[in-house]
Amino acid sequence: MATVSALATVTPLAVLLYLIAAWLLVGVLGLVQSNRIGWVARILFPLGALVALGVAGMGALALTADFTAQSALLPLGLPDLPFHVRLDALSGFFLLLLGSAGAGISIFAAGYFRQGEGTAPGLLCLQYHVFLASMAMVILADDAYLFMVAWETMALSSYFLVTTQHRLPEIRRAGFLYLLMAHVGALTLLLCFGVLHGGSWQMTFDAMRGATLAPAWASVAFVLALFGFGAKAGMVPLHVWLPEAHPAAPSPVSAMMSALMLKTAIYGLLRVSLDLLHVGPWWWGLLTLGLGLGTALYGAIFAAVQTDMKRLLAYSSIENIGLILAGIGLALVCRSFDMRLLAALALAAVLIHAFNHALFKSLLFLATGSVMHATGERSLGKLGGLIRRMPWVAMLALIGSLAIAGLPPLNGFVSEWLLLQAFLQTPHIPHAFLNMIVPLGAAIVSLTAALAGYVMVKFYGVIFLGQPREPALREAHDAGALERLGLIWLALGCVLIGIFPQVALDVVGRVTLSLVGTTVQHGQSAWWMTTPVASNRASYSGLWLWLGLLLVIGATFVLVRLFHHGRLRRTPPWDCGYPWQTPRMQDTAEGFGQPIRHLFGPVFRQQRELPLPSDPQPRYSVLISDRFWHALYLPLARLTRRIADSLAFLQGGRLSIYLLYSFVTLIFLLVCVQ
Amino acid sequence: MATMNFATQLLQMLAGALLLISFAMLAERRSRRLVTLLVWQGVVLVASTALVAATAHQSHLYYSAALTLLLKVGLLPWILLRLMRKLGIERDNEPLVNVPTLMLVGLVLVIFAFGLAQPVSALATTIIRRTLGIALAVVLLAFLMILARRKAFTQVIGFLALENGLFFAATSTTYGMPLVVELGIALDLLVGVFIFGIFFFQISEQFDSLDLQHLESLKED
Repeated sequence: MATVSALATVTPLAVLLYLIAAWLLVGVLGLVQSNRIGWVARILFPLGALVALGVAGMGALALTADFTAQSALLPLGLPDLPFHVRLDALSGFFLLLLGSAGAGISIFAAGYFRQGEGTAPGLLCLQYHVFLASMAMVILADDAYLFMVAWETMALSSYFLVTTQHRLPEIRRAGFLYLLMAHVGALTLLLCFGVLHGGSWQMTFDAMRGATLAPAWASVAFVLALFGFGAKAGMVPLHVWLPEAHPAAPSPVSAMMSALMLKTAIYGLLRVSLDLLHVGPWWWGLLTLGLGLGTALYGAIFAAVQTDMKRLLAYSSIENIGLILAGIGLALVCRSFDMRLLAALALAAVLIHAFNHALFKSLLFLATGSVMHATGERSLGKLGGLIRRMPWVAMLALIGSLAIAGLPPLNGFVSEWLLLQAFLQTPHIPHAFLNMIVPLGAAIVSLTAALAGYVMVKFYGVIFLGQPREPALREAHDAGALERLGLIWLALGCVLIGIFPQVALDVVGRVTLSLVGTTVQHGQSAWWMTTPVASNRASYSGLWLWLGLLLVIGATFVLVRLFHHGRLRRTPPWDCGYPWQTPRMQDTAEGFGQPIRHLFGPVFRQQRELPLPSDPQPRYSVLISDRFWHALYLPLARLTRRIADSLAFLQGGRLSIYLLYSFVTLIFLLVCVQ
Repeated sequence: MATMNFATQLLQMLAGALLLISFAMLAERRSRRLVTLLVWQGVVLVASTALVAATAHQSHLYYSAALTLLLKVGLLPWILLRLMRKLGIERDNEPLVNVPTLMLVGLVLVIFAFGLAQPVSALATTIIRRTLGIALAVVLLAFLMILARRKAFTQVIGFLALENGLFFAATSTTYGMPLVVELGIALDLLVGVFIFGIFFFQISEQFDSLDLQHLESLKED
């Protein structure tokens, strides 16, 4: 293993460490003139974006064919407990994700942050870059100690970012809930690492890889990891913080949390379950698969009934995380039966979907940020018709919406298609029970994908199409140049992966090779084709589809120009020929989600207020809340409260009693030592 | 035991003096005398550190002896006396437990500390390893003093005495901590006393007294 001297030579790992230090430096520089928005936003955030590009580049270098894993010891940390860092294909991939989506978000943020919104801009800049740097350190960490330090730094810095508008009580509440869940998750992870070292008390990941655990303890470690990382990723039933915290943050921060931070949890789960733990029993995979599918469906259903655009996107993140977890579950099932090709296929789908989600979810969150700045509204019920006022944002958000809905020429289709392929190949599993379960999973994945499409029609249609629902929307302005640049960067990624999915498959092939020992895409017939398993099975060509679509659109355009020219008419949208259409007559967000609310009624906890038919001023309201919150979290909170009350006598208020506690503890410990 | 040289005997005597001063502090109720006792404890500490430095040829211990002299014999008592004058502290109230009981508990603690130090000092290789028990006893007695007093000011003196015990434990088992650590601790101590001073002013302003019983009203119900 390389030692500290590895830092002196120019290796990708050393450059990465310097880049992370540069992020921290940029953050600290924000404090120099913390109230000058010109300095912080126009200079520091673009610098941060450049660093992010560098991180992405180094991550990509780690994915080239002739790269071997590098590790180093950092001269930091406690005595006898130095920080270990390591760069391999898996961490390289997630750094590529972090850097490329982070660059787009930072550029957008440079145009987004204004004066006078809660926290001072310089402080925000510090928290923002510490958040980025800690995520990179989570990915690079090679011992449990550094991992947990970076993990908690990530949670704390994002907590401060969530509570930027800390004067609003509901935002403080959301922040507290987030911090609480983050700590529950971190404690679980700590226990998990405590099991993983297998009695050697060596906290490096190398030692954990080599440790042989009894099967029962390995299962304990896996379940702890699943719940610890699941709490961070928003896995049902540990998801309650996510729809509160993500919308509470400023939009670039929401984008970072949804697009990047959730992915660090996915990284952690992959690292523990596929790298540190040896091959486990098949029920690990089944558990992950089941929780993932439940999460996906739950997120999609809840997203369909939201009326706040950022909450809608937050639930959509839960759905996507569910799909990713389902893919990981499938990969684990296949790995436990030593079906490497299928495991590699599922894993490739997972990784590409994680990357895609980072791109399109940050794109959409940033677009909602532009909409909020232009209109001051978050509620879908007060938006509409913005495509005329904000053509740039509308166009780019359309790309993001189509991608997240999983429509063919874009990247969302690629990963969902790969995931379905992985599900459909599984009749070979030598286990009858699983053979019955897995096709059901395929059905749920398709249902989720369809619901995601429905959600995105609602999202895009209500915000950008139709007529403006409020008069103030007519004054909305389009996003500035820097904001546009950030959005274009992310949209470009969505399009390129959609056209060249085979390149993405090649890249993640390095990761699957290191984790499950094989790659997909063997029987490649031509460079423009994507054939995940074999050429006689399903294959797909993004390029040809793209060209075909362009051809059809172009031909239609030309034909219309030729034969139908000069009779263009502009009318109010969606008026169905009705002459006195007002904005209030349009389909609303509630109305659009009503069928879903009806179909999946038992899933929600609804409080409806229906007006009487004779009411001259009818008002209709529906409040939808999470059943888990009432059935699981509130009883837990009450129980905790009761236990705390029964222990409150310990806090007598007398200082000498408190001192006596510590004195008795000291004596007791001394006796124990003896 | 018979082969003990003069320096070792002297050191053991100093250690005994340290323990004696600790007992005296436990019994003393006048604040000014307590500060005086603290100064004496500091002097004994300086002497013992210098002696260890001379016999074991550990030159860095000279620096820490000088530092102790400066801080614990000079600066801190001066700050404490000034605080006393400003706040008009004369004497502590009756301790929570009466003095004879306190002495008896102290004796039990000393026996306990010696029993505890037996296996540890067998491992230590320094010339004064038998003093570890005394150092531990000083720490425990100082803790007992913090525990039994009612006023914040006396508790701070107990805190400083506790630190003295720790310092003595460090010199007696391992020839002292690295100088950097000692400097850090010295700084911490100084800052701690400053913060305590600020708290004294706050407490006495709030309650017109430094009696900690008043703090009970702060408890949330």
